Amino acid sequence: MKKKSFKGYIYLAPVLIIMLVFTAYPLVRAFIMSFYEDYNAVNGTYSGINIENYRALFASSDFRTALANTTIYVLFVVPLSVIISLLIANLLNSHIKFQGLFQTLYFLPYVTSVIAIGVVWRWILHSQYGLLNGILNFFGIESIGWLTDRRYSMASLIIFAVWKSLAFNIMIFLAALQGISPDLYSAARVDSTPRWRVFFRITVPAMGPIIAYAFIMGIINAFKVYNEVYALFNGAAGPNGYNSAITIVFYIYDQFYNNKKYGIAAAGSVVLFLLIMVFTMIQKLPAKIRARKEAAQK
Amino acid sequence: MKSRKAVTVLVEIVKYVVLIAGALFTLLPFVWMVLSSLKSGGEIIMIPPTLFPKKVLFSNYVEAWTAAPFPRYFLNTVLVAGITTVGVLLTSILSAFAFARLDFPGKKIVFSLFMATLMIPGEMLLITNFVTITKLGWMDTYQAMIVPWLANVFYTYLLTQFFSSVPDALYLAAKVDKCSDLKFLFKIMVPMNKNAITTVAILSFIGSWNSFLWPLLVTNSKEMRVLSYGLVRFQSEAGAQYQLIMAASCILVLPIVVVYLILRKYILEGMAYTGVKG
Repeated sequence: MKKKSFKGYIYLAPVLIIMLVFTAYPLVRAFIMSFYEDYNAVNGTYSGINIENYRALFASSDFRTALANTTIYVLFVVPLSVIISLLIANLLNSHIKFQGLFQTLYFLPYVTSVIAIGVVWRWILHSQYGLLNGILNFFGIESIGWLTDRRYSMASLIIFAVWKSLAFNIMIFLAALQGISPDLYSAARVDSTPRWRVFFRITVPAMGPIIAYAFIMGIINAFKVYNEVYALFNGAAGPNGYNSAITIVFYIYDQFYNNKKYGIAAAGSVVLFLLIMVFTMIQKLPAKIRARKEAAQK
Repeated sequence: MKSRKAVTVLVEIVKYVVLIAGALFTLLPFVWMVLSSLKSGGEIIMIPPTLFPKKVLFSNYVEAWTAAPFPRYFLNTVLVAGITTVGVLLTSILSAFAFARLDFPGKKIVFSLFMATLMIPGEMLLITNFVTITKLGWMDTYQAMIVPWLANVFYTYLLTQFFSSVPDALYLAAKVDKCSDLKFLFKIMVPMNKNAITTVAILSFIGSWNSFLWPLLVTNSKEMRVLSYGLVRFQSEAGAQYQLIMAASCILVLPIVVVYLILRKYILEGMAYTGVKG
């Protein structure tokens, strides 16, 4: 019926041209640049082609701190956020009053500027005049230098990050919960199965894939944290020159923009790319296995 | 029987307590931002902090608005977000139509490559794009902040899904009537999918409004700054005057909150798609 012609490319042209220039080309360049020693991106000079950038990258204490911080971030933020979101989404999905209002409120952080809200968190966490220390003092606990004591840098980042990530997780969990067949629940009600059992026997298994998705997305996002750190520490990655809250992307950006170490920044971004690719593959794996099983059954 | 009822009531109460506690935690920065923005310079540094301003000072907003070129930042942000949104809508509609309706050689490969780019972290592209912008002589211009964002794989994908669900019969009927593809697209396809297109428009506008790193990278002068970058610079400039910083944060956040409250139906729809995309 339809005849093949190249007309489709005319419609695709604007998107293809922009993607070639601003996505495909820089992607290839990032791999190439990562092997140029002492590369200067502005005038294109370099002193050799080798793996010096990668060696410097992994030898850098800041990059190692960034990897360690990302691990801490993943270990705290992702599970905390998933558990709280799961709880809230379940409550939102039960018969409650003002459901629409609650939903509207809970999703609000998803649309608001990380920078602006980060600036507000910076104020809440202020060591002298901040709200959080005010509350702690009220309960007789001494003030904590949330943003001035480097031991608390990651704790501050985690508080902000959990707050920020709840909206997205609640939203996807709620959508998934609403997709579970109500018949399952009515059957459980007929059998007068206890609530907690319904939760663990019906809700959790049905939610498995979406919970896994939330975990993987949480991990991938952990690699890319930047704005949060920038806002909390006013452009730095920690207090008083310490990079105690540095993240992978913060490190890459710092090397590129402030230190003009383009090659090392490129090597860092290649590592970032590989990490993200691995986790994306892991996330796609179950669907692939399922598809293969189904194909085998046919 | 009676104790069972008591348990049910208790469960109900706990449910609301948890929901309200969670909502308070979510709203905390917003509420604290607004409350702080209305306090006086003396009250804002009181220990312990006061909850409600003793005297409500709306003048902080006027002061913040004029203390830095915020009117200019605001205009820049509106322009960049507005033009980017119109542009990306146009390119996404065109490419979605190609993927959903037209047959062309290499379509499957192009589409797969297209979707594969979703995996690429944008941070990886920064260095070269920065150099490209410099070489084009676009540093410190609006086009530097707009053009790289005029193609969006996710929006194209979203619209392709919607366009694909429009029955073939309509397209064939239009062909019989000698209706051109372009006319069919804008007279039939676009109006039929106005909800999806509105969703994409809002998501794009919000994304662009909140963007930070790229505008910071490609602008130098004060005149070209957008609100988010203007805000962090103002934070350094304003020193300890937190009431002004909070007022400035409000200027950045409130327009989007208003958009969200009015158009949340579309945004939530779009968010649901972001969620199921994987």
